[in-house]
This record gives sequence, structure tokens and C-alpha cells, in this order.
Amino acid sequence: MEPGLKIAIVDESAARASILEDGLREAGFTQVTRIEETSGLLARICATDPDVILIDLESPSRDVLEQMFQISRVVKRPIAMFVDHSDSASIQAAVDAGVSAYIVDGLKKERVKHILDMCISRFNAFSRLQSELEKARNAIEDRKVIDRAKGILMAAKNLTEEEAYAVMRRTAMNEKKKIIEIAQAVITATDMLK
Amino acid sequence: MRRGDIPLRIGFIPLVDAAPLFVAVDKQFAAEEGFDVELVREVSWSNVRDKLNIGLFDAAHLLAPVAIASSLGIGHVRVPIAAPINLGVNGNAIVVSHELYAKLAAHADGDLGDPLVSAQALARVVSDQDEKAAGPLTFGITFPFSNHNYQLRFWMGAGGVDPDEDVQLVVLPPPYMVDSLANGHIDGFCVGAPWNSVATEQGVGRVLHFGCDIQARMVEKVLALREPWIAKSADTLSRLLRALDRAVAFIDDPENLDEVAAIMTAPNRINVAPEMIRRSLEGSLVVGPYDETRKSERYLLIGRKGAARPDPVHAAWIYAQMVRWGQAPLSSTLFDQAQAVFRPDIYDAVFGRRDSRLSGEPKDRVGAFAGPPFDPKDIAGYLSAWPANRIKRRVAVRRK
Repeated sequence: MEPGLKIAIVDESAARASILEDGLREAGFTQVTRIEETSGLLARICATDPDVILIDLESPSRDVLEQMFQISRVVKRPIAMFVDHSDSASIQAAVDAGVSAYIVDGLKKERVKHILDMCISRFNAFSRLQSELEKARNAIEDRKVIDRAKGILMAAKNLTEEEAYAVMRRTAMNEKKKIIEIAQAVITATDMLK
Repeated sequence: MRRGDIPLRIGFIPLVDAAPLFVAVDKQFAAEEGFDVELVREVSWSNVRDKLNIGLFDAAHLLAPVAIASSLGIGHVRVPIAAPINLGVNGNAIVVSHELYAKLAAHADGDLGDPLVSAQALARVVSDQDEKAAGPLTFGITFPFSNHNYQLRFWMGAGGVDPDEDVQLVVLPPPYMVDSLANGHIDGFCVGAPWNSVATEQGVGRVLHFGCDIQARMVEKVLALREPWIAKSADTLSRLLRALDRAVAFIDDPENLDEVAAIMTAPNRINVAPEMIRRSLEGSLVVGPYDETRKSERYLLIGRKGAARPDPVHAAWIYAQMVRWGQAPLSSTLFDQAQAVFRPDIYDAVFGRRDSRLSGEPKDRVGAFAGPPFDPKDIAGYLSAWPANRIKRRVAVRRK
């Protein structure tokens, strides 16, 4: 464990950054700084003087960080993690998860590998969580649309709720479409005929 | 839509010189050569470089200096890159705030449209700025290894300004450039089309120079491939070059301007009005208030004037800039490695020699506005024409 390491997180997603920060603190890293703003990034990093910088790959500010390779006078020279390509699986995993890490020159990568590993797993957990949320949100939306279409069919064709749903399901199967698409079509057609 | 069998993932940054990629896909040129292309928009050059390096991309729209830096192992892990075709030559512009423009005009000894006049005016502004103990003038660039960086530096250096001591150069993502200029965080910037004219369209700055005023001809983006990919699939490669060559010819036909602009502004490509793309391709930019425009046929060259053929002289020039500004040491090994990135041999093998297209182009193939003609065989001699010049230090000495 390296509780003395200073870690900076550059992430525009506050939710993800805080999940990561929590993880790092639980692992015993107390000196964690979150940098959300994109303007004045270099100044913030210089002030923090981190040993490890974790950055979201979707952040355009990555190019700003790369400048620090050039102006090492103002800050300890950071280098990209695993620059020797000895661990391409880790690099691949990090890129897939959407995170990149920079460590100061001279810091042995074994000392920070578990930081990156945790970072990768938290980033992955976050995107799983997000896609589940998205799915749940879509399911609720779909339910609303299907209910509305059911109501239209019930009124127009004098059907019960079960019958209206059965009509849509049968049509969906015949046309090899999803039931939500049929429901949407019913609503669109009704709106047009108004 | 037709699809080929060869999957090809290509990373790009939303800029006008990614046009050959978009057109090759949308006009089916790539599919007709057997490719199933997936274009992936990226947010940073670091991402493009890294994803190309680890093989997540088969090819990339890349800053020519990044391809060279990557091949030399400067600033990052060494991954040899090959550039068998250029995607764009020129296309940058130096933009300054209205405030800085007014100061330059007040200090100009001649026409500000002349980069030597403007650079000397900048030296006087810097000198004033220093005496009044104001902060240093700050200029935005998009990446340390970029012509934006080198062109700003070359321009400043010609006027006697030391870009490392007298002013501050900061990296900013292009989408933040205009806002940073508007809120005074920076005094100017150098970026590529279309972002350089977004500022003037919004009235927050002035185009001071086109990149082609600084160097008449300089490769800006290349199609970058990893070396092993080139070695193992020569046939695939020539088909890819043919598809891009057709796209380039399509873009160069003025009749297709509207269609190309529409293709480029499709969702997930470049988020600007088609008019901005049209203007960039025509080289006719709004440069100042009241829709003042300026047109130059050299502003951005995609294919025209033999622009698509990789030129090792340009690789040598870029390497010379890396040496001049302390990014790389001068060595014959590095020089050879830099030149080897550009592969006109592959281009010529597919298309034959197209030398006639170079008639009327600068003799030294660069056409810089100041200094001796560039001689790739004598970089040390060429660079000796540029002694370091530090206004700040001169002023400090004077004060003692």
C-alpha cells in the first residue's frame, strides 16, 4: 500500500470521479484530488503536484496534459503508464474502460498497477450502472407508449386491454418488429389522422 | 449501401482535412475497393495516437508531426508509423484578439498582412508588455507536436520573439479555443479549419495570417498506419490509397462543393454549418468584422498541387522544427527515421510519378516567409540562421 502517493483525477463526470475517489480512499489513498474544470487545468495540476494522474479518455483535456511532457520545468515530468508495452493487456483494458493514467517518471509501475486496476474496474462498473439505468429508463418510456397505443386501440375497436395488447403483439410478430415499434406506429398514425 | 469485406477502423478528429475519409466512405469509394470502414470520432490527438499504437485503429487521421514524434519515440513510447498519403496540406490560421490586433497595428511598420511586419510588431508589443509588468501574451495551440505550434513559433522567431521566454504557449482543445479568446484567457491561437474561422464568424477575433503565409506549403495531416500493417498487406494498402485518391479528386472538383460540405457536416462528423466547410475548402474565410473576407487558393490543399503525395522534405522540415525548439536532439539516425515516416515510394507505386503537379510550387517545397531556403541535407546549417532571441532577457539586462 502506498498511502503517501498523491493522486489527481481529471474527469468531467462528477459521479464517476466520486466513485473512483471513494475506491481510492477505501484502499487507503488519502491524498486524492478531483479536478473537474477544464480551464486552468495545468495550473491546478502544478498546484497539486500529483504522483499519479488518472484521466477520462473522453476528456479533450488529455492533450493539455500531454503538453506537460514538454514543459517539465513547471511540474514533475509525468509519463504515460506502461510506456514500455510490457503489459499490453493492461493498456487494452484501460482503453476499453475509457481511462488513461500518467505517473511521474521514476515511480515503479508495480507500485501503481493496482491503482490502475481499480480505476479500470470502477470505470467499467460505472458504465454498467449507466447502461442499466438507461435500460430501466427506456423500459418505463416504452411502457408508457404501449399503454397509450393500447388505449387508442381499445377506444377505436372497442377491445379489452388484453385484446388490444394481443393485437399489437400479433402484428409485431407478423411484421417481425418490436411491440414498441408497432405501438409507436399506432400513435403516429392516430396523430396524423386527427 | 455496399460494404466490402475488409473491416477498417479509422480514427479522426473533426477537422476539414479529414474530408478524404468521409468522402471515401459516403461515396462508396472505400466499399468499391473492398473495405467496410468504421470512422471513429475522437476528442484528443493523444487518443488517436494511442488507439492507433495499440491496434484499436487500423489507420488514423493524424497530425504529421505526431506521426514523426511517435516514430522517433519523442514524448511517448516509440511506435513506428508510416504515412503513405497526405490528407491535407496547409489549412491553419493564426487568429488574434481584437485587442492584440489593435496593439499590433499601432506598432506595425508597414502592412500587417506581411508576416515579417506583424512579427516585428509583436516583438514591440511584447517589449511594451514586459515593461508595464503585465502578464505574458498567451497563445493557444492544439498539441505540442503540431504545425500550429511550429508555425506560431516560426512567425514569432522571425520577428525576434522567443516563444519559450517572451510569450506563453498553451495547449487547448479546439472547442475551447474560441471561448478562451473571448474571455481573455488567451490573446491568440493557431488552429486548423474550420475552427480558426469560427472565432471570426462569432466576432471574437481576427485572422492575422493564413498558415500558408508562414509556409507556403506544409503537410498538415497524414493517413497514419502502423509499420507492420504496411508490411503485411501491400495489396490492401494500394486499394486503400486508390479509394482515398478518388475521394481527393471528388473533393477537388468545385462542382461537388455542396455535396462534400453536406457529407462533412453529417452527425458524428464536424458540428458546424456547411457554409463553414464550403468556405474552408474554397479558401475564402471571414477574417475580420463586417464579414471582411480573404481568399487564398493555397489556404487548404487537399490533393491540388500534388498535395496528397508524401514529401520527405516536409518530414525533414518538421524534424528540424523539433530540433530548433528543443523537442528532439539533432542526429542523423533520428533524421533518417523522421524522413522514413513519409512513404512516397508506396504512393508512386500505386499512382506512378505525378511530378507535373508540382510545377509552380516553392523550390525548396516549403516556401517559408523568412530565412534561407530549407535544405534538408544541412539541418544544422539551416538552423544556424535562427539564433535564439530573447526580448525578456534583453530588457532585464537593460534594466540593470
